[in-house]
This record gives sequence, structure tokens and C-alpha cells, in this order.
Amino acid sequence: MDLRLTPEMEAFRDEVRTFLANHRDHYAGEAGARPREAALQWQRLLIDNGYAARTIPKAYGGYGAEPDILKTRIIAEEFTRAGAPRGFANQGISMLVPTLLEVGSEDQKKRWIGPTLRGEVVWCQGYSEPGAGSDLASLQTKAVEDGEDFVISGSKIWTSTAAQADMIFCLVRTEPDAAKHDGISYILFPMTTPGIEVRPLKTMTGSAEFNEVFFTDVRVPQSAVVGGRGRGWFVANATLKHERGMLGDPNATEARMHSLIELMKSETVDGERLIDNPVMCDRLMQLQARVMAQKFNGLRLLTSSMTGEPAGMAGLVVKLQGCELNHQIAALAIDALGELGVLYEDGPHLRAKGSWQWNYMFDLGLIIGGGTAQIQKNIIAERGLALPREPKLASV
Amino acid sequence: MDFSITPDQRLMQDSLIRTLAGASSLDRVRRFAGDADDKGADIHAALADFGLTGIVIPEEFGGLGLRLLDAALAAEALGRSVSPGPFLGAYVLAPLALRLAGSKAQQSEWLPKIASGEIIAGVAIAEPVAGARDGAGVTASGGKLSGKALFVTDALIADIFIVAAQAGDLHLVRGDAAGLTRSAMTTIDQTRPLGEVGFDGTPAEPLAGGVHALDSLRDAGWTLLAADTLGAAQVMIEKAVDYAKERRQFGRVIGSFQAVKHMCAEMAAELEPCRSLVWYAAYAFDDAPGEASLTAAHAKAHLSEVGRFIARTATEVHGGMGITDLLGLHFWFKRIGLNRQLLGGPERVRRLAAQIQGLTA
Repeated sequence: MDLRLTPEMEAFRDEVRTFLANHRDHYAGEAGARPREAALQWQRLLIDNGYAARTIPKAYGGYGAEPDILKTRIIAEEFTRAGAPRGFANQGISMLVPTLLEVGSEDQKKRWIGPTLRGEVVWCQGYSEPGAGSDLASLQTKAVEDGEDFVISGSKIWTSTAAQADMIFCLVRTEPDAAKHDGISYILFPMTTPGIEVRPLKTMTGSAEFNEVFFTDVRVPQSAVVGGRGRGWFVANATLKHERGMLGDPNATEARMHSLIELMKSETVDGERLIDNPVMCDRLMQLQARVMAQKFNGLRLLTSSMTGEPAGMAGLVVKLQGCELNHQIAALAIDALGELGVLYEDGPHLRAKGSWQWNYMFDLGLIIGGGTAQIQKNIIAERGLALPREPKLASV
Repeated sequence: MDFSITPDQRLMQDSLIRTLAGASSLDRVRRFAGDADDKGADIHAALADFGLTGIVIPEEFGGLGLRLLDAALAAEALGRSVSPGPFLGAYVLAPLALRLAGSKAQQSEWLPKIASGEIIAGVAIAEPVAGARDGAGVTASGGKLSGKALFVTDALIADIFIVAAQAGDLHLVRGDAAGLTRSAMTTIDQTRPLGEVGFDGTPAEPLAGGVHALDSLRDAGWTLLAADTLGAAQVMIEKAVDYAKERRQFGRVIGSFQAVKHMCAEMAAELEPCRSLVWYAAYAFDDAPGEASLTAAHAKAHLSEVGRFIARTATEVHGGMGITDLLGLHFWFKRIGLNRQLLGGPERVRRLAAQIQGLTA
């Protein structure tokens, strides 16, 4: 353990602080699946200065810095402190880019990583199907070889940003006769390809954060496969690992905790600050301890990823714990606001544009999505604790 | 800069775990717990041989001069083996009190004796930290102490005592001082003897460092109790998982049932982030003093909650065997139960956590 700041790191902190102070007028968040021009400019500015895509090689459009846990932390801290929007964290950047870096061909890396980082190309993820949720490997969307192409038919569900996306990274069954896990390929294609239909999937929040996507004879060149034909399951698992990291991101949780504390300091009931209610304060402190533990667990993970040591259990728990924590933070905000906490959409008494309720509902979806809490527990038990798998039924 | 413990620290901890597997085996713990006359001299000797007596004592006074993080790693190992023997009070808090608040003369007189294992120092800080109950509490006046202190560490065997009066001022009292009385307090956890110490115009010398020193003792105590629970809870998970892999019912090992498997996963998922929280709180004590009190409070309160959940759940995974004396799982269960209340239960500590960061008055 040595988290002391050297003069070099103090200088780096000043540099980030100065950058954020000087560019306050340029702050522009992601806001929606298709970033606005201002957000695209902000993202480019962040990449050019090493505050986004920091460790992605320059050749692929990143900043090309060595991984440095302390600089990463300083950036996160200073952005949170300044209330500045972080770099984009969409599925293309958080999931596809790391996958391409790991198993993509040189051509695929050159072609896709840069525009994805800059927000010019928006991706959606075609994994789940109506009949393949937790049992993802049973997916049935088929890709039939036809000359140089595959012809894809089937459907996907829970596809966020499908309506806005330019491209999809998609799991399809290319070898119908192979074993369940060996017949899948990971393939990239434009959402404008003929034969694709997107239908919005409205959820309990009142908006459609997800979609259903239908494929009817969609023709895609075989060269669009990533990581080798029939290797899709293993490629996807690399991606799922990144998704688990993204969904449990402790920095996002910490920022939300910060908002909750501000809320409870500023709002009053009967003239008493919410935070001065001992029961509410106790709940807040319980959550703050958990947020802190998650944050330090995240720093530990960063350290082990730098030294190349296996992260082990510390990595396996991130999605389960992080998503649950986000949900509980929203729940406390609603409870602290009491009757005001149920206001939604619009109105004179609404707080934070109703985002606490929206988060409370949407986060429940995230507890389920990206590998349900129950699947996460199976993973923790089987990979982390070496407990046996559920025995297979004699006949299925 | 990195967020991990060093290979040397890992080595020290592993070596201590091996030492304790011999010196403080479950059989040995069982005998200690069952016999009031057993003072655990052999266990004290093993801890002293290992150097734990001087772990936070500066080298100039014959100690190892290590930091609270090293002490926390030791506490985790002691919690793992539910080890009897003076540690928290005698080898960490008492030397810290002398380091932080003692005069040069007091340090020179007492630290070498603690480091060598020649004397044991009891620590009486429960009332000003955790609140005074049952009329307990000590007042100081004209170099004399009056009142009584509860939950004093190693009360029956201590040669000297570090005592915090209600106002937060620290005092050093010799074990044979006039008017000092001591009696055992029987708790659920028989691995760590606590006692009541009475003072009746008992001569004491002040440790002039004052109120801030008590805050630091509290922070160190919170952190080490959290570390002890971390180690004890980790063992309970390991035992539950091992049992779930062996025990067969309905023709299968019970660990293949998701109902049982998920209990194990939940325990692991709760405990793993705690490790980093404890490390950081201990690190902050020496290296990030501005964050020390808050992180120590959160470590103490959070480990209390997670510890209780694991103590109960791991016991349940063992089924009926879990509650038997024969299995001995209850030593860990009780250790965690004591850690939860010592120096303040989680509700009190969380109230302080809010005050420490200025959120509430």
C-alpha cells in the first residue's frame, strides 16, 4: 500500500484541475445514445488530453498512455469534484473496444476502434434472445453460409440503443451441428443492412431503453467475424467480463452517493434536514461504507490488472455488488424525499427531474441484465469458491 | 504507488498463520476457553517470539517499528485462528497511547518492557469511546483516578493500565497501585478475556497527549477489530464451503444446490470488498491521517454487519453440526459477536461517522 502523491502526481492533479477549469464552457455529457455535436467535441478534447481512451494505443485512436492506477484515480476524482462529464461509456467503448483489442484482427482494430472512441460510430449489442437469456449459449439466431457471406435470420432482445446504433456486435449460430458453445460466431455488421427491423421495448420507467431486433435474410460478409468462426462464445465471454466491470463501475456509484449526500443535506421536512433524521442518516452511513469498500476494491483490481496478478474474487463480485448498491442508493433517496420521492416526469415539486425514481426502476433492470444476480452468484460460487455446478438433468 | 500489500507483508501474515496453527490450534483454544486458570502463557510466548509484542513500537525502544497496516494483517491472522492472547490492547493500543501521548521518560520506561514481553498493559477506553453504561466511567483529579472501567483488555493479568477518563484524558496506572481492583467479565467470547477495573483514589500519571490521542486509539481499535472480524469471517466462509463440498444429502453434495451455493456466494461477495476497506483504513492511520477516522469508522461498522451475516450464514450452511460445541464453529461466531460491540456497536459508530465528516452536529 502506497497511495502517497509524488510531486509528479501533484503536478498531474493540477494539470487535470486546470484543464477542467479552463474548459468549463465545453462540458457536454453523452445524453442519449446518439451524442450531440457538443458532446462529440468534448469527447475528442478528452481523448486528445488523455482523459478518455487513456490507455488505448495511439495507432487505434486512443491517447496511448501507460496504465497508471494513480492517474486514473486522480482523473476520476477531479472530474467528480468539478462535476464534469466523463468520457463516453457506451457499449461500443466499454465492451467492443476491449474485445477488439484482445482478439480483433489488425484491420478490425484500425477500422473500428478510433471512430467508436470518438463517438462517431454507435454500437449495439446483439446477445440475448427471447429463448436465450441466462442460458445465452442456447441462442438460435442462425447465420447460414452463402458464398463469401453469411445470411442471418432470427431475433434479439434487450438491445439497448438499437434504434440509434450504426453497427451491431452480434452472436449468431454459424455451425448448427457443433456443440452448443462451439457453434457460435461473433460478428459485426451495419444496422442499415437490409432485412433488419427494430421495435422499441417499453419498460416500467415509461420509456424504451431497450429494443427487439428482427433479422430476415440479413447478408453479412464472413470477414466481419471477430476472433474466428465458431469462437464466438469465447469472444463473448471476454466482452461479458468487460460488461461486468462497466455495470459495477465504482466511480459511477461514488458520484451517485455524492448526489445523495447533497440531497439529504439540502432537503428538509418540517424544517429538519433529511440528514438530521437519525434513521435516514444511519442508512446513509451504511451505504457510504459499502460505496467506500467498492471503491477500494476497484483500486485493488486496478493494481492487480497492472501487475498481471489474477483479480480472483475481487473481480467476480463487482457486478453483483455495484448494481445492488446503485439500486439501494436510489431507494434511500426516494425514502428520504418521502411523498416528494414518488413524483415523476414533470411538475413544480419534482426533484432532480425524477431521476431517482428512474434510476430505482432502471437499476433493477441492470441487476437482472448483464448476467442476473443469480447467475453472478453461480459464477462467484463456481469460479471463485470451486463449488460444483448444478448437475445436468438426465434428459432435456 | 499501489493498492496492495507487499510480498513481505504477505509473507509475514502467512508465517503468522502457520505459527498460530501450531501455537493456537483449535484444541489449544478450546482448553484456554474452558479453563479460567489457563493464562495462555505458551500462546503469549509464541506471539512474543514472533515479534507481535513490539509490532508498532519504534525500533529505538526495541520494537519492530511497523505500521498499523502490519498490525491489521496480524489481527486478521489472529481472528482467523480465534487466537487467545493479548494483542489489540496490550501490543497495539497501549504502545500507541505511549507513542502518541507519553513523555520521552514514559516511553523509555515502558515501551522496551512491552516490546520484550516482560509486561502486559491493559487498556481501559470503553466508556469514553463506546459510551458509559451501568454507572461506569473514570474521573481524574489531582493525580488520582476514581470510578470503574468495563471491558478492559487483559484486566486480570495486566501489569500496567492505560486508562481514558470520561473527559478523554489518558492516564497510566500501575497494576499494584492503591485502590485498584479487578474482576473478570465473562463474555460469549472466551478467547479474549476482559474485565472490570475499579479505581478508588488510585494514583495515576497522566499521558499528556490528551483528547486527540484517544481519537487515534479509537481509530486504531476500530480498524483492528474490523481486521479481526475479516479474518474470522474468512475462515467461516472457508469452513462452510468445505463442508458444502463434502456433505451429501439427496444423493448430491449440498454445495451443488443453488440454495446452499448462493449462501456461500453471498458471503464471499459481501466480504471481499471489506478486505480493501480494512487495508485502506489501516493505511490511512499512518499515511492519510485526514481520512483515518472516517475510514476506520466505516471499516468497524461495515465489518460488524458483514461479520454478523457471515457468522450466521456459515453456521446455517453447516446445518445442525454448525451449532454443536464439537465442531467448534461457535468460537468464530462469538469472536465476531464480541468484535461487533467492542468500542461501539455499528449504530453508534455510524452516528460518529456522520459527525466525523461534518454531515451532522
